Amino acid sequence: MILLSVNHLSKSFGGLKAVSAVNMELRMGELVGLIGPNGAGKTTVFNLLTGVYQPTEGDIALRRQSIVGLKPWQINQRGIARTFQNIRLFNNLTVLENVKIAYHQHASYGIASAILRLPGFYKGEDDMSQKGIELLKIFKLEHKKDELAKNLPYGEQRRLEIARAMAAQPQLLLLDEPAAGMNPQETAELMDMIRWVRQNFDMTILLIEHDMALVMGICERIYVLDYGQIIAEGTPAEIKSNRKVIEAYLGEDISHAHGS
Amino acid sequence: MKKMFFSLPNLLMALLLLAFYGLTYAGLEQGWIDDYYKLNLFLICINIILAVSLNVINGMTGQFSIGHAGFMAIGAYGSAVMTMKLGFPFGAALIVGAVGAALAGLIVGIPTLRLKGDYLAIATLGFGEIIRVIILNIEYVGGAAGLNGIAQYTNWHWIFFLTVATVLVIKNFMTSTHGRACIAIRENEIAAETMGVDITRYKVIAFTIGAFFAGLAGALHAHYFYTIQPTTFGFMKSFDILVFVVLGGLGSLTGSILSAIGLTVLSAFLQDYAELRMVIYSLLLIIVMLVRPQGLMGTAEFSYRGVAKLYDRLSGKGRGPGNDTAVG
Amino acid sequence: MEVFFQQLINGLSLGSIYALIALGYTMVYGIIRLINFAHGDVYMVGAYVGFWATTQGWGFLPALLLSMVVCAVLGMVIERLAYKRLREAPRIAVLITAIGVSFFLESTGVLAVGAKVRTFPNVFPEVKFQLFNGAIVVTNRQLVIMVVTVLLMLLLQYIVHRTKIGKAMRAVSHDAQAAMLMGINVNNTVSATFAIGSALAAAAGVLVGVYYNAINPYMGIMPGLKAFVAAVVGGIGVIPGAFVGGLSLGVIEALVSGYGSSLWRDAVAFALLIIILIVKPSGLFGSNAREKV
Repeated sequence: MILLSVNHLSKSFGGLKAVSAVNMELRMGELVGLIGPNGAGKTTVFNLLTGVYQPTEGDIALRRQSIVGLKPWQINQRGIARTFQNIRLFNNLTVLENVKIAYHQHASYGIASAILRLPGFYKGEDDMSQKGIELLKIFKLEHKKDELAKNLPYGEQRRLEIARAMAAQPQLLLLDEPAAGMNPQETAELMDMIRWVRQNFDMTILLIEHDMALVMGICERIYVLDYGQIIAEGTPAEIKSNRKVIEAYLGEDISHAHGS
Repeated sequence: MKKMFFSLPNLLMALLLLAFYGLTYAGLEQGWIDDYYKLNLFLICINIILAVSLNVINGMTGQFSIGHAGFMAIGAYGSAVMTMKLGFPFGAALIVGAVGAALAGLIVGIPTLRLKGDYLAIATLGFGEIIRVIILNIEYVGGAAGLNGIAQYTNWHWIFFLTVATVLVIKNFMTSTHGRACIAIRENEIAAETMGVDITRYKVIAFTIGAFFAGLAGALHAHYFYTIQPTTFGFMKSFDILVFVVLGGLGSLTGSILSAIGLTVLSAFLQDYAELRMVIYSLLLIIVMLVRPQGLMGTAEFSYRGVAKLYDRLSGKGRGPGNDTAVG
Repeated sequence: MEVFFQQLINGLSLGSIYALIALGYTMVYGIIRLINFAHGDVYMVGAYVGFWATTQGWGFLPALLLSMVVCAVLGMVIERLAYKRLREAPRIAVLITAIGVSFFLESTGVLAVGAKVRTFPNVFPEVKFQLFNGAIVVTNRQLVIMVVTVLLMLLLQYIVHRTKIGKAMRAVSHDAQAAMLMGINVNNTVSATFAIGSALAAAAGVLVGVYYNAINPYMGIMPGLKAFVAAVVGGIGVIPGAFVGGLSLGVIEALVSGYGSSLWRDAVAFALLIIILIVKPSGLFGSNAREKV
């Protein structure tokens, strides 16, 4: 069954076409990679999918319903969550609170019961904390739940961002360079974690990544973006031998491009 | 570890506050506390309300508003009209003043909160001035001469319990999922929005809550000082309130309260040198921004755990400096 | 119709003052993205320097020049002491510092010269020119204001477009980092911007003293805020925009005073600001900028 379908999606800034006529389809439960050289428009695609930017043309449908024109928070409620290339945590909130923000939309109590500290408030907060701690356990961050997000080491900040996105219980998870800045061991752990999350949460994942080892290792299907256009689509094996892709990467040996 | 309302520290705190309330009441009745101290005590309470209310907007939500005195003016005038002209009881007047200010906050907030940073600051300043000019042009409330002879209904009971209630309400809001949504907007607006926080809604809520309590402070002010004029609520007043919040630490209620107390006491000392007071105020602000731009407390809050940690540290039992959600 | 033309002339004189102040706001904002709240108070200091010089028997032009030089130095000092270290700080911290500097100048002014209103010496005995059989009156002071403003505006255009420092200013305002890499001394350029902007504000201060005859330490607050409105209306960072914005605001205010009530004048400026901010935040001559995600 098709979860996400992107039709003829375009976005221009002034005269510059950052994304042009992109078509994509994601089936339920797939793990798909979106790769391409720097400046190819990958993050712009994510910004379009999450409503941060409005498309100039084209349509995005989640479970056959268009989400174009919705605000980012509405799109999040429909089931798309993401991480950011440059980490965007809530720095002065604790690790647990960062995750609890994602449960906000399902909050069971209103402002009045928060202010009057009615029983509903305590129950609601307890529920959120419990769910949050469960999730942090999966991401091995439970022991740091009361630390401020800004005090975490880099790798843990990346993990927390994924945990936070997961907390929104999305159907589609968008990961924007989750392994950026990680060492090989951290990257390997991250790969395991992504696989594990996907199997256990029955989730569809679309990820942008420069680390080809990671992309080729875990993705079932790959889209290649260059100058805002999809130039290839296929399995990792097909992509590796695709002439256009190799040209886009300027003859770099694709299995070794950007990183280990 | 279930946190409950009737926990031991909460009860202790309540007891402490009640003792303070009772002792002060006795002092006022018996004349141990003279008019001068009374005036400053009341000013401290009003300033605490103003500071924590502006902190909801500027500190918690990170939306930079510098027109807070405008909402105070609406509370002051609204409530004064209720008691003076329409003969309503003080309690009703307080509610009308605060709700009136909240409505103004809502009306101002919806169009302006689309703006960011500097532009928002200037727009709120503009709205503050517009509110003042509108009041200036209403003959019914005395125009430039203002309203005189407002009954002095603001007494210790009202001001004490309303100050405590204000702090408690705002603290409870801040530590709920709704307050966290506001803080998330401050911390990273785009991330908050993509994590499902309706940012427009929460900005407007924060603005409305802030305006509500500014209106309450204005109503208490009007019914203590007998007289109000449009000039009382000009940009200078907004600036005063801003200084409380910035010095205390944007986002820290504890900081706002401490700096409201400290600066009110400081102005009382400098009362005879009004000009010098402004020089010191402004220098203080510049120096704090240059040396410690996050303010006295940063975003940290007073907490019982923090006090315990501090005690450990001071008595040498601690395991080195903790990194601190606590009192500094 | 006579009211309209009379108010148009009054408005252009007032608008010239706003325009001169707005130029400084817009230049500083263009180069370091700072709303220099203290700018209106530099204008106040300019008025006082002019006041001092003319009471010492100086003529109008020497007093004007002295005031511009003194304020140019003042502007650079303020930038070096208060703003320079905050160039990488959050915008809010910088804005608060600017508000602090503004209040510092005002309160120091009160300490130094007292809060009372001073009467500016009568450097130009007023001459009234009657146009259309006396239906419209133009004074020689209004002419001086408009002529001086236009000359300064032309001088500024020359500096910005034809001189080396002007090129540096444009480069830094376009991209400070790239300008630095190209060998431009960013610190000096920012200083020069403050100097020029402050000198223009000082000129406005002296002109206002000549026009209205009365000055006080708080005189900078309202014109400062309104000049900022003018800069935003014209598109902040855009020099001709500030000029046009200033003149338009002066004319609108004069028309509101002429046809309605002068009590509403202040509200009109801010209402205009809010409308512009909401409808076209980049101002009449500005271009839009986006935040990068």
